[in-house]
Amino acid sequence: MGVVGKRVARSEGIHRVTGTGLFADDLKYHGMLHAAVVRSPVARGIIRKIDTESISRRTGINGVYTFKDIPGRNAIPIVIDDQPFLAEKSVNYIGEPVAVVVADSRRVARAAAQTAELSIKKLTPVIDLLEARNHPDIHIFGNDNIYKHMKVKRGDTESAFKACNVIIENEYRTPYQEHAYIEPQAMIAIPFPDGSLEIRGAMQCPFYVRKAVTTITGLPESKVRVIQCATGGAFGGKEDVPSLLACQVALPALKLQKPVKLLYDRTEDMISMSKRHPAWIRCKSGASKDGVLRAAEVEYVIDGGAYATLSAVVLFRGTAHSIGPYRCENVDVDSYAVATNKVPCGAFRGFGSPQVLFAAESQMDQLAARLGLDPVEFRKRNLLRAGDETITGQKLKSSVGLQQSLDKVVRVSGWTPDANKNENIGFGFSTIYYGVGLGAGGKHLARTGARVIVHEDGSVLFSVGTTEIGQGMITVLSQIAAEELGVPFEWVSMMPTDTSRVPDSGPTVASRSTTMSGNALKDACIKIRNIIDEEAAEILDDQNENIIIDNGTVYAGNNEIPFVKVIESCTAKRKSLSAEGWHIAPPTSFDNDTGQGDAYVTYAWSANLAKVKVDKLTGEVMVLRIWSAHDVGKAINPSLVEGQIEGGVLQGLGFALMEDMANDPTGAIINPEFSTYIIPTAEDQPAIVPLIIEEPYPDGPFGAKGFGEQPLMGIAPAIANAVFDAVGARIKQLPITPEKVWRALRKS
Amino acid sequence: MAGSKEIMRLKFKLNGQDINIDAAGGERLVDLLRERFDLVGTKEGCGKGECGACTVLLDGEPICSCLMLSSQVIGREIITIEGLADKKGLHPVQKAFSETGAVQCGFCSPGLILSSVALLNDKPKPSREEIKKALSGNLCRCTGYEKIFEAVESASKMTTKRSRKHD
Repeated sequence: MGVVGKRVARSEGIHRVTGTGLFADDLKYHGMLHAAVVRSPVARGIIRKIDTESISRRTGINGVYTFKDIPGRNAIPIVIDDQPFLAEKSVNYIGEPVAVVVADSRRVARAAAQTAELSIKKLTPVIDLLEARNHPDIHIFGNDNIYKHMKVKRGDTESAFKACNVIIENEYRTPYQEHAYIEPQAMIAIPFPDGSLEIRGAMQCPFYVRKAVTTITGLPESKVRVIQCATGGAFGGKEDVPSLLACQVALPALKLQKPVKLLYDRTEDMISMSKRHPAWIRCKSGASKDGVLRAAEVEYVIDGGAYATLSAVVLFRGTAHSIGPYRCENVDVDSYAVATNKVPCGAFRGFGSPQVLFAAESQMDQLAARLGLDPVEFRKRNLLRAGDETITGQKLKSSVGLQQSLDKVVRVSGWTPDANKNENIGFGFSTIYYGVGLGAGGKHLARTGARVIVHEDGSVLFSVGTTEIGQGMITVLSQIAAEELGVPFEWVSMMPTDTSRVPDSGPTVASRSTTMSGNALKDACIKIRNIIDEEAAEILDDQNENIIIDNGTVYAGNNEIPFVKVIESCTAKRKSLSAEGWHIAPPTSFDNDTGQGDAYVTYAWSANLAKVKVDKLTGEVMVLRIWSAHDVGKAINPSLVEGQIEGGVLQGLGFALMEDMANDPTGAIINPEFSTYIIPTAEDQPAIVPLIIEEPYPDGPFGAKGFGEQPLMGIAPAIANAVFDAVGARIKQLPITPEKVWRALRKS
Repeated sequence: MAGSKEIMRLKFKLNGQDINIDAAGGERLVDLLRERFDLVGTKEGCGKGECGACTVLLDGEPICSCLMLSSQVIGREIITIEGLADKKGLHPVQKAFSETGAVQCGFCSPGLILSSVALLNDKPKPSREEIKKALSGNLCRCTGYEKIFEAVESASKMTTKRSRKHD
């Protein structure tokens, strides 16, 4: 292969190191105004009056808009449309948008929004997720505050537990995790004289944004063009919520017929934007003395916040991954996404699985200890392999590199069952997996488009519907296009993602861009290659149909000709070298009553090992090194794969040890800034050893699978297991703070 | 916004050029750079000096431009990310960041690059621990910092080689 598999430097890297202004807040338009959002100060209440008049009279204010001004439907469409764009009669969380203020300057708009007078009758909110479920009096959603209940039923857990030699039962809790992308949310709407709107901003999902804007404005999809700006980190935090900002600028831009920009400040962003769902997990796991996992029972509850947004699909992923990557014949999972009077939670790298895998992997180590087996040996007796069935009954055909991942971690680290025994040093493993793509939970969206043009000079321009959010998609897709067409990598460029270039291609989530856009792009490139190959065969008088194009040169037997000469010949004959590609994901299925089906098209696999040192006096956990192996099918660009591993591992370390966003009893987030919500800094970084396993996925481009979310997912349990190995403290509630370790050590 | 509306005259050096401009007393340096000079490579991530995205060099020292008033730069020299490259091309730290995979989303990159430049000016061959300490005020949420450290080490090699040639 030519450029696929090579460590080429990131296509857009040069623009990021020179300070080129490509992010939303860097853009200016003639006559541009600035928006700010008026938000609810209470977690639950009835709106009596929104005083817009006193604001509009102020100097520099251009308009104030409430739900009454919405020309279309007052809803942010996602899975179910229960979330209003602007609150009408009631408010359901602190920070819920009530009105949009537009002014000449950002300063004036923000000041007006903060001092807006709202008359709201306060009601008692429900804050805790377990209290909210089936709450007798307070009903935020339906009669039971349950957005979604899911099940997986397999075998007969009751009799299986009776036959188990060892049973472990525990409850676990995990808190919010804030995305903490360094670029706050930002969006601009630009109206055009033909009545159309252009939206530019930070986002993962331009087609979600378009749907939201057409819903609230009533404009047809053809009149709303959404273009992604350079996006400064996302991690799921720019999946659904940019739709809110887009509506907050689209409405005033239409009314005032002027460009309107909106930038959240950090605290506003942390208070009002989505987060990882806080979770409560009860696990009961049983094994027989031969070290076989015989039965698992899981009750999983996630805190969806005040509106359903993505909670149902987050729950789907968590449910499908709920016992970890093991064979188990008897499984009983009940999972719930519940409503509380807090900010709606949504997508965050791992999407409902990091919480439940923390519990599942903590269970595995406890079972192993009780069986007298080391954690690697116990896992090896139960790991999923090709030919096995997952808990949803999906038979794994190929590309199952879990055992290889674990073997590689053990080999590279030199770990042995009696490796450590230095004072207060411990090792902890996790083995996990990730269903690639949207799976059965989002299969109606599992399609993507691509458009490719080979220009007369041989340079290549492509468009896709998925977005670059720092993960390296532009580079990976450019490598795929270069490989397919046989041109040098440098000849290939990507247009900024734009809803007017390709049909709705679904969201940039679920680690799906490499496989989905990669396959659509391949489809388009192959169509163009057929024309080029035919032309080349004619020029080189090749009857054997063995045209090879590599790095800009076309070969047929002993003859060769520059690629551009063939393109020139196509141009002279007026042949079109432009094509559209399309890809539909292979089928998936899920039976809601039994939880059985082919939940995902394929899985990525991972093994992690954390080495920690615990200070027994203070309870502080120091992570010394993390080995993290991932089966990615094929690493299109190993350097970018390592970048995903290193970045995900450190986010996982934050989730494990320090990131602790919390509410007070009124529902207010108490730490909405970087000085109180602590994420890992350069000094918190342990040595990270990224390891790549390649078990090709036959339906992926060049065998590649998506895996970008996976590096975060197994870190918290690996660290929790290492802390136990070091000092015998089993922490079941994240994050593993010094206080919790200290208390656990005092107890034992 | 805190601060007076009083207009004052600022004379300072910005990316090698002499600047002579009026400014309101309460204007923040980050706003002066982004809004009035269109130097949008300086990013604002928090407005409170917590994330380091707005880092610029003030007389060679990395500072958060969101915590500085424009009036505080009188008589001093500011370098932003736009002023780092010269006619010969990119600064070695920019080159190293671009080539070693130290950039993911790139929003924190200008600040991290400027903090790294200040470090290397001070200590041409920093240890890993010294790099970690010097960059601990610049948050990056994408990379896990590993490739950023590698970039600084690679730039260190490039610059020490280059200065040896000059000797």
